Amino acid sequence: MSPDPAHDRTVGRGAGQAAYPPVQVTSPTFVGMPKFPKAARAELANAQQRRNLRHATHTIRDKRAHVVAEVDDWEALRVKGADAKDEALTHLADYLERLEESLTANGAVVHWARDAAEANRIVVDIVRAKEVDEVVKVKSMVTQEIELNEALEAAGVSAWETDLAELIVQLGHDRPSHILVPAIHRNRKEIRDIFLREMGAVGRPAPDDLTDDPARLAEAARLHLREKFLRAKVGISGANFAVADSGTLVVVESEGNGRMCLTLPETLISVVGIEKVLPTWDDLTTMLQLLPRSSTGERMNPYTTMWTGVHEGDGPQEVHVVLLDNGRSHVLADRVGRQALRCIRCSACLNVCPVYERTGGHAYGSVYPGPIGAVLNPQLRGTTSDIDRSLPYASSLCGACFDACPVRINIPELLVELRGKVVEESGPTPESTAMKAAAWVLSDPRRLATAQKAATIAGRLAGGRTIRSVPGLGAWTNARDLPTPPRETFRQWWVREHGNEDA
Amino acid sequence: MSPASRGDGPRVALFATCFNDTMWPGTPKATVRLLERLGCRVEFPLQQTCCGQMLTNTGYAAEAVPLVRRFVEVFGDYDHVVAPSGSCVGSVREQHPMIAKDDAVLSSRVAEVAPRVLELSEFLVDVLGVTDVGAYFPHRVTYHPTCHSLRMIRVADRPLQLLRAVRGIDLVELAGAEECCGFGGTFAMKNADVSIAMGSDKARNVLDTGAEVLVAGDNSCLAHIGGILGRQRSGVRTMHLAEILASTEEHPA
Repeated sequence: MSPDPAHDRTVGRGAGQAAYPPVQVTSPTFVGMPKFPKAARAELANAQQRRNLRHATHTIRDKRAHVVAEVDDWEALRVKGADAKDEALTHLADYLERLEESLTANGAVVHWARDAAEANRIVVDIVRAKEVDEVVKVKSMVTQEIELNEALEAAGVSAWETDLAELIVQLGHDRPSHILVPAIHRNRKEIRDIFLREMGAVGRPAPDDLTDDPARLAEAARLHLREKFLRAKVGISGANFAVADSGTLVVVESEGNGRMCLTLPETLISVVGIEKVLPTWDDLTTMLQLLPRSSTGERMNPYTTMWTGVHEGDGPQEVHVVLLDNGRSHVLADRVGRQALRCIRCSACLNVCPVYERTGGHAYGSVYPGPIGAVLNPQLRGTTSDIDRSLPYASSLCGACFDACPVRINIPELLVELRGKVVEESGPTPESTAMKAAAWVLSDPRRLATAQKAATIAGRLAGGRTIRSVPGLGAWTNARDLPTPPRETFRQWWVREHGNEDA
Repeated sequence: MSPASRGDGPRVALFATCFNDTMWPGTPKATVRLLERLGCRVEFPLQQTCCGQMLTNTGYAAEAVPLVRRFVEVFGDYDHVVAPSGSCVGSVREQHPMIAKDDAVLSSRVAEVAPRVLELSEFLVDVLGVTDVGAYFPHRVTYHPTCHSLRMIRVADRPLQLLRAVRGIDLVELAGAEECCGFGGTFAMKNADVSIAMGSDKARNVLDTGAEVLVAGDNSCLAHIGGILGRQRSGVRTMHLAEILASTEEHPA
């Protein structure tokens, strides 16, 4: 990475920055979210969810491993992917302007949004000008991030999610818990109940004899959505990639609902995070190999839609692109942290994470859960809330996420870095006092030897007994025995056997 | 300098690690026995303390700087530094460069010393070139590859190569072996519920093997899994890899 990504050129557009904090404003949905360990405790007790998650994550994990293994040099492909993203991020301002030029030249209208409120206002204004009361939506993380549906609803516009899993979440008045599979926490029977209960209120009802057979559920969703696709005048999407040199936006998906939303409506509005830009069309050859394999565990996804501005008589005749910052410049300014912006939202890290597998996504208090959420949210939103301060610690640092990441984001390294930030911002705490004391003891062998005496005394007192509880160590001893300290440390033994010439 | 042990093989500095030194002295003792049996001259520099991993991983990397400085001073003169811990070796090789990055002098010292620090199985297989270390251990054993040995320093199947050559051993495969046990240092305390959920699954997989001994290259992970197995009164014993490899017919572990 070059030392100075000229990120301020993108942030600095328009008025002075004073009124705009560099980080996102945490949305009302997640304000007051408890810290991760507390939220996780409740999720761990949800037996149905534990079972659903275990089954789903292991299935996708195995599929991914299989299709990754068949690529000749996956590692070289990862490096290429990371390099393409780094190139874009290092010269982000330049590539964004290039993207704007290409898009504009092809008849699209480009809007710049500094934060969620600006982006939502831009979209709502366009929709209002079309005098419609509904829009159809392609699955999009960024519109979840800015809570666009809520903003549209407040403006009297119904936003219909058309991705099957997003539909399940929306009909269930629920929150997504996975980047790729937002309803991963639901099973078939729950989905059937939601469809029967909710579909009728917002459109074509589910048939009364609906079963939990996947084909029947998909058919009910298809019929429910079809009338919305055919009726809607405005479609809203995100984008997986935005190619600067051609002005092409790309959406990859599995169900074809995206293709409907991207081609049928007269007006198409795409909200795109500024980190989605790729320098060249050629970069897609790398990304389209990395993403499906990492994401759904497929060699290629079923539907890939690419559009470049407006084409007369073919597809939407009015194309808007909202380029969104919303804290990304803040992340880009951090030398270590900026690698998180390489993320292509494949969710491979979620599927291999032993923590995510057990807690599910809701405990992370964000639309971005799992390992990537644990490094992205505290950077995008800052570390002022309980949940954001706790997220860097929501990992055993096992490293499975880094191994799975198709763009080589070193998530464990980032987590450790962010822990340092949290400590720095927290000021003196009982923990910092204890850690400083530990550092003082450990920085000198004589002090260490003195401290070790306490352990050997405990060892002598315990004798051969197993230690099952120690006051103050409940977090350990509630479910685990403690190792019994020895009567003699290794150091003492060595000196006894070999003398202490070195001491 | 501490007095050299007998042997004509390479001179080796033992980095015992502070946790092993304090809580599990049997592991560095076994490492000394094993390395001397293989002809190494083992030294234990008494000025050593700790790699600083607990501080770094909890967010106190700045407090770990003096420990990194001490580490390169104490071990700087050795061609071979061996530690019976994948995690602490990972901390030295992967994290010390990061901690030292703002100090050019320290940074270059770390770059010299850190690559010479090897986990026990790496030293045995790569430097000594042995997989059969003459061990004898007639028990049913299953091996858990700890995360840092697997994904940070990538010891791969070296520990298994060594274990397979142990005479009398009944080595059985552990289901879900590569999944984290849930220890994770302070994670075990800060996220105790998730840690225990992970550890319980690991313990169940261990029990399913019917093994009487669970072996790994890190006593910290073993304390966590063993703590759960102990609470269940499962009767499964945890042992460090060094202890099994040091075990012989004359001196069984």
